[in-house]
Amino acid sequence: MNPVNYLYLAALLFTIGAAGVLIRRNAIVVFMCVELMLNACNLAFVTFSRMHGNLDGQIIAFFTMVVAAAEVVVGLAIIVSVFRARHSASVDDASLMKL
Amino acid sequence: MENLIALLVGVPLLGAAVLLCGGRRLDRTGHWLGTLLAAVSFFIGLALFADMLGKSADDRAMHQRLFTWIPVEGFQADIAFQLDQLSMTFVLLISGVGTLIHVYSIGYMEHDERRRRFFGYLNLFVAAMLLLVLADNYLLLYFGWEGVGLASYLLIGFWQHKPSAATAAKKAFLVNRVGDMGLSIAIMIMFTTFGTFAFGPVLASTGEASQGTLTAIGLMLLLAACGKSAQVPLQSWLGDAMEGPTPVSALIHAATMVTAGVYLIVRSADIFNAAPDAQLVVTVVGAVTLLFGAIVGCAKDDIKKALAGSTMSQIGYMILAAGLGPIGYVFAIMHLVTHGFFKAGLFLGAGSVMHGMNDEVDMRKYGGLRKYMPVTFVTFGLGYLAIIGFPGLSGFFSKDKIIEAAFAKGGTEGWILGSVTLLGAAITAYYMTRVMLMTFFGEKRWQNDENGEPPHPHESPRSMTIPMILLAVGSVAAGAYFEFAGFVEWLEPVTGYAHGHPPISAAAVTAATVAVMVIGVGLAYLQYGRRPVPVVAPRGSLLTRAARRDLLQDDFNHAVFVTGGTHVTRSLVYVDHTLVDGVVNGTAAAVGGLSGRLRKLQNGYARTYAVSMFGGTAVLIAATLLMRAV
Amino acid sequence: MSFPLLTLTAAVPAAGAILTAAVPAARRTAAKWLALLVSLATLVLAAVVFVRFEPGGERYQLTESHSWIKDFGVRYELGVDGIGVALIALTALLIPFIILAGWHDADPLETSSKRWRPTQGFFALILMVEAMVILSFEATDVFLFYVLFEAMLIPMYFLIGGFGDRAHSGSDENAAAQRSYAAVKFLLYNLVGGLIMLAAVIGLYVVAGNFSLTEIAEARANGSLEMATNTERLLFLGFFFAFAVKAPLWPLHTWLPNAMGEATAPVAVLITAVVDKVGTFAMLRFCLGLFPEASKWATPAIIVLALISIVYGALLAVGQRDIKRLVAYASISHFGFIILGIFAMTTQGQSGATLYMVNHGISTAALMLVAGFLISRRGSRLIADYGGVQKVAPVLAGTFLIGGLATLSLPGLAPFVSEFLVLVGTYSRYPVAGIIATTGIVLAALYVLVLYQRTMTGPVKEEVRTLPDLRARELAVVVPLIAVLIFLGVFPKPLTDVVNPAVQHTMSDVQQKDPQPTVPNVEAAQ
Repeated sequence: MNPVNYLYLAALLFTIGAAGVLIRRNAIVVFMCVELMLNACNLAFVTFSRMHGNLDGQIIAFFTMVVAAAEVVVGLAIIVSVFRARHSASVDDASLMKL
Repeated sequence: MENLIALLVGVPLLGAAVLLCGGRRLDRTGHWLGTLLAAVSFFIGLALFADMLGKSADDRAMHQRLFTWIPVEGFQADIAFQLDQLSMTFVLLISGVGTLIHVYSIGYMEHDERRRRFFGYLNLFVAAMLLLVLADNYLLLYFGWEGVGLASYLLIGFWQHKPSAATAAKKAFLVNRVGDMGLSIAIMIMFTTFGTFAFGPVLASTGEASQGTLTAIGLMLLLAACGKSAQVPLQSWLGDAMEGPTPVSALIHAATMVTAGVYLIVRSADIFNAAPDAQLVVTVVGAVTLLFGAIVGCAKDDIKKALAGSTMSQIGYMILAAGLGPIGYVFAIMHLVTHGFFKAGLFLGAGSVMHGMNDEVDMRKYGGLRKYMPVTFVTFGLGYLAIIGFPGLSGFFSKDKIIEAAFAKGGTEGWILGSVTLLGAAITAYYMTRVMLMTFFGEKRWQNDENGEPPHPHESPRSMTIPMILLAVGSVAAGAYFEFAGFVEWLEPVTGYAHGHPPISAAAVTAATVAVMVIGVGLAYLQYGRRPVPVVAPRGSLLTRAARRDLLQDDFNHAVFVTGGTHVTRSLVYVDHTLVDGVVNGTAAAVGGLSGRLRKLQNGYARTYAVSMFGGTAVLIAATLLMRAV
Repeated sequence: MSFPLLTLTAAVPAAGAILTAAVPAARRTAAKWLALLVSLATLVLAAVVFVRFEPGGERYQLTESHSWIKDFGVRYELGVDGIGVALIALTALLIPFIILAGWHDADPLETSSKRWRPTQGFFALILMVEAMVILSFEATDVFLFYVLFEAMLIPMYFLIGGFGDRAHSGSDENAAAQRSYAAVKFLLYNLVGGLIMLAAVIGLYVVAGNFSLTEIAEARANGSLEMATNTERLLFLGFFFAFAVKAPLWPLHTWLPNAMGEATAPVAVLITAVVDKVGTFAMLRFCLGLFPEASKWATPAIIVLALISIVYGALLAVGQRDIKRLVAYASISHFGFIILGIFAMTTQGQSGATLYMVNHGISTAALMLVAGFLISRRGSRLIADYGGVQKVAPVLAGTFLIGGLATLSLPGLAPFVSEFLVLVGTYSRYPVAGIIATTGIVLAALYVLVLYQRTMTGPVKEEVRTLPDLRARELAVVVPLIAVLIFLGVFPKPLTDVVNPAVQHTMSDVQQKDPQPTVPNVEAAQ
C-alpha cells in the first residue's frame, strides 16, 4: 500500500485531536485528544521512517512515547487534584491564571 | 638678571596663596605681609629696570622660559616671560601704584573683619596683572587676562552681602567673558594661520598673512580690549564695578586692569599696522567711548561713578591713539601711565572723602569739604588739574600729544577724530570741575546717616594720605618727566614710532586744547560754582536723564539679553521637558498602552491559549512553505 | 606571561566589593573603612599602571590574553593605551573621594531604624562599579567590553534607585517614586543603547570573524578586511548610538538630569565623572578605531549634535532651579565639548578631548561634592532656598567657587587646558563650529556665577544662618581635588605625555593629518 495514505490518516487523527482540544470542556477528554495528537505524530514519524528508509523517525517515536507517558502522569495528577478542589473537571472553571 | 622675571609674578602670587589659605591666624599680620610682598615685587621691577637702562636700546628685551605649559603635538604653549620696554613700563606702574594702594588699604579697610582676604585678593590681582604684561605668548597673556578678571570679580563683590555688589561682580565677569571670547577666537585664528601664538613668530610673520585674516584677528583682539577696557559696546560693567571698595576702583578699575586692552592693542601693533580696516574700527570705538564716557560722567551724582565715566572716556583716548598706528602707540602708553597716576589719585581722594563722610557717595550731599580735609583737597585738586590738562601737569602733555596725533591721521578722518578729542577735552574739563566744585566748594549739604548721626568729616590717617601725596607728585611731574626724559625713544624699539604731521601747527593744537579746557571749566563754574547745588537732583533734560542711566545701555542690555535670555532658557526648559523627554515618555506610554491591550488576550481559558498556539504554528508553517515556493 | 597587573587593578575592587558586602550588619563602620582601604589600594595599583606604562612604547601595553568562549573566538584580552591609562587613573583617583564624601549617605535613618538602608551594600556597589569601569577601560576584546558596558548598569541601577538623596521636597513616597522613575529611566535608556550595540557587536563578528580589537583594527589597516560602505556605516551607528546615550549627547540626554538629581551627590559624581566617561572613551577607541571611514562620514552630523549639546546644555543649566540638575546640564554641555574634540579629528582636539574627560571628572567631582555637602546641611536642592552662605560658611563657599571656576574653565585650573585644546583643534578644521563652541564659555560663566550669586552671596537667609562650615572629612575630600585641579591646570605634562602617543595612533587609524598653518612659521622653518 502507498505509505502516503498513512500520512493522510495521521493528518486526520491530528485534526480530530486538535478540534477536541479546542472544543471540549471536560479535562479528561481534552487530555485524551492531546494523546490522540501525539499518536498522530507518532504515526507520521514512523511513516516517514519507512519512506526515507532510515530509523530516525522510529527513534523519535519512542522518545515521544516516553514523553507522553511522563506527561500523562503529571497531567492526570493535576486533573485529579483540580477535581478534588473544585468538584469539576471542566477546563473553563480553572481560569484563575490570568492577570 | 633674567631669572628674576618670574619672581615678579611669583612673589605676589605666593602672598595670595599664603593669605587666602592661611586662615585666621594671619588676620593680624596679613595686611603687612601683602603690602610687603607687593613692595618686593616693585623693587625687583626697579632692579630689572636699572639693569635694562644699562643696555643698548635694541638689546633691552629679556626672556625667561620656565617650562612647557601645554605640550601637544603641533601646539606649544610655554610658561615663558618677555620683559621689554613696554612690559617694563607696565611692571613699574602696576607694582608701584599697586604697592601704594596696598598701603592705602591698610587704613581704608581697617575696620573690615575680612581685611586679610582683601589683601590676598589684591596680591592675586597684582600677580595676574604682571603675568598679563610679562607673558611672551598670547595664551599665557590670556591666563593673566582671565586672572585679573577673577581678581576683579572677587574684589568688586568683596562686600557680597550686598546684593548690588554681588550682581555687579557677576556682570563684570560676564561682560568680560564676551570679550574673552574675542581673545580666544583671535588666538585660534593665529594658531591656524601661523601655527603658533608666541609674540615673536606671530608678529614677525604678519607680512605673509592675508589682509582678511589680519583684520579678523585685529577685530577679535579689539573685542577683547573692549571687554577689559570698558569700551563701547562692552562698557556697561564699569559703572557698576564701583560697588567694590574704593582702593579696588583705584587700582583695578582706573589705573591698571582696565588699561589691559590698550596694552593688548599696542602689543599687537604689527597686526594692526597691517590691517588698516581694523585700525579704523579701533579709532572709531575709541572716539565713541571717549564721548560716551564723558557724557555719562557729566550726569552722575555718585562721585565714584562720575570718575568711572571719566575712566572710560580717558581709556577711549588711549584706544583711539592706539588705533592711529605708529604715530599714536607711544602716546597711548604715555597717557596710560599719567592716567594711572592721576586717576588712582582721584579715586583715593574720593575714598578719603567717603571715609570721612560715613561712606556717602552722593556729591549733592557733600560741599565745602576743603577746610576739613586739606590734604585730600590738595592732592585731589592736583589730580584734577592733571586730568583736565592744565598746562605743565602730566595730563597736559599726554593728552595734547594724542589730540595732535588724531589730527595728524590726515584727511577727513583726521579732522573728525581731532575734533572729537578736542570736544572730549572740553567735556572732561566740565565734568571734573563739576566734581571738584560739588565736593570741596560751596555750601555744606551734609545729611545725617541712618542713625541720625551727622557726618564728622576729618582728614584720613597717614597710611591713606601718604599714597595720595605720592600719586599727586606723579600726577604733577610724570608728564613733564616723560616729555623731557625721552619716553618716545624708550618705547620706540618695541612699538615703533612715526612722527605725525598735523595739518595745523602743533602750537595751534596746543592752544586749542587749552582754550577748550578753559571753556569747559568756565561752563561748569557758571553752573555749579555761582549757583547753589540742589540736594535733590533736578529732573534735567532728556539727555541728562539718559546719561544718568548710562545712555540707556543697561536698559537695552536688560531688555534684549536678560529678558530675552530668560525667555529663551525658560522655553528651552519647557521644550526639554515636553518635547525631548516627551518623545521618550510617549514611547514608553505607547508601549504600556499596547501591552494593556495585549493583556486582555490572557483570559485564563486554556482553550484560547491553544488556539493561539495553533494559529502561531499555522502561520509558521505557511511562512516556511511560502519561502520554499519563492 | 607576565604579571597580570591590569587584571589585578580590576580584581582588587571587585574582591573588595564582595568582602564589604559580607561585613556583618552591625559593623557598618568597619565596612566603610574596608571600602576606603580597598579603593586606596586600587589607587596605588593604578599609579603603578601609570608609572609602568611607557609613553613611547607599544600602542597597547601590559597586555593579557586568555581564551574565554572558544567557539566564538571571545577572548579575555586586556591592554591599555595612553587614553586608557589616563582614565583608569581618573577612576581610581575619584573613588576614594566618592566613598569619603558618601560616608554617611547610607547610614540608618533615626526614624526608621528597622528598615535602614544597608550601608555595606552602598559601598560594595560603588566598588563593583569601579571594578567594571576599570576593566572596561582595559578590555581590548569587543565582546568583553560589551559585557562590562552592560553589566555596570546593574550596580548603577541599585545605587540610583536604592540610595536616593535625602534632601527632597515633598513627601517620602513622592520622592521614592521620582527616584525609581530616575533609576528606571537610566536603565532603559542605557539598555536600549546596549541592545543596539549588541546587534552591532554580532554584526561585527559576522563580518570580521573575531572580537579582538587589535586584530580587527590591524586587518582593516592592512586591507585584509574589507567592509562594504553601508555595512561599516550601520555597524558604526550601532556602536555610536550606545556610546551617545551613555555620554550623553543631545537629544539622548534626558536621563542624566533625572539620575543626577535623584541620586546622592557622590553617586551623581560616579555617574557623570566616571561611568559616562566609558561612553566617550569608547567613541575614541571603538568608533574611530574600528570604523574610520564611517566615522569620517558621520562627522558633520555628530559635530552639529555636539554643538547643540554645548549650547543647549548650557542654556538649560541657566534655567534650572535645582542645584544638582544644574550641574547635570552643565555636564551635558561639557560632554558636547568632549565629543566635539573627538570628532574634530585633529591632534589638539583629541588630546584636548582626552584631557577633558579627566579634567571634567575632577572638576565636576569638586563642584558636585561641595554642592552635596551644602545640600545635606540644609536639606534642600532648590537654589532659591539658599542665600548668603558665604557669610556663614566661608570655606564651603570658597571651595564651591573654585569648583565653579573650574567648571567655567578659568585658566590656571585644569579644564581650561582641555577646553582650549578642543576649541583650537575644532577651529583649525571647522572654523564655524569652533566659534559657535566658544559661546559655551560665556554661557558657562553665566550659569556658574548665577548659581554662586544666588546661593552664596547676598543677605544671609534665616534657614542657613546655622549651617556649619566644612568638617575635616569634607575638607579631606575637597582639598586634594582642588590641588589636582590647580596642578593639572599649570602643569598638565604628566598627563599629556601618556595621552599624546595614543592620540597619534588614533589619528593614524582614521588617516587624518592636522591642517597645516597657512603661513609657515618662520622660526620653525629654520
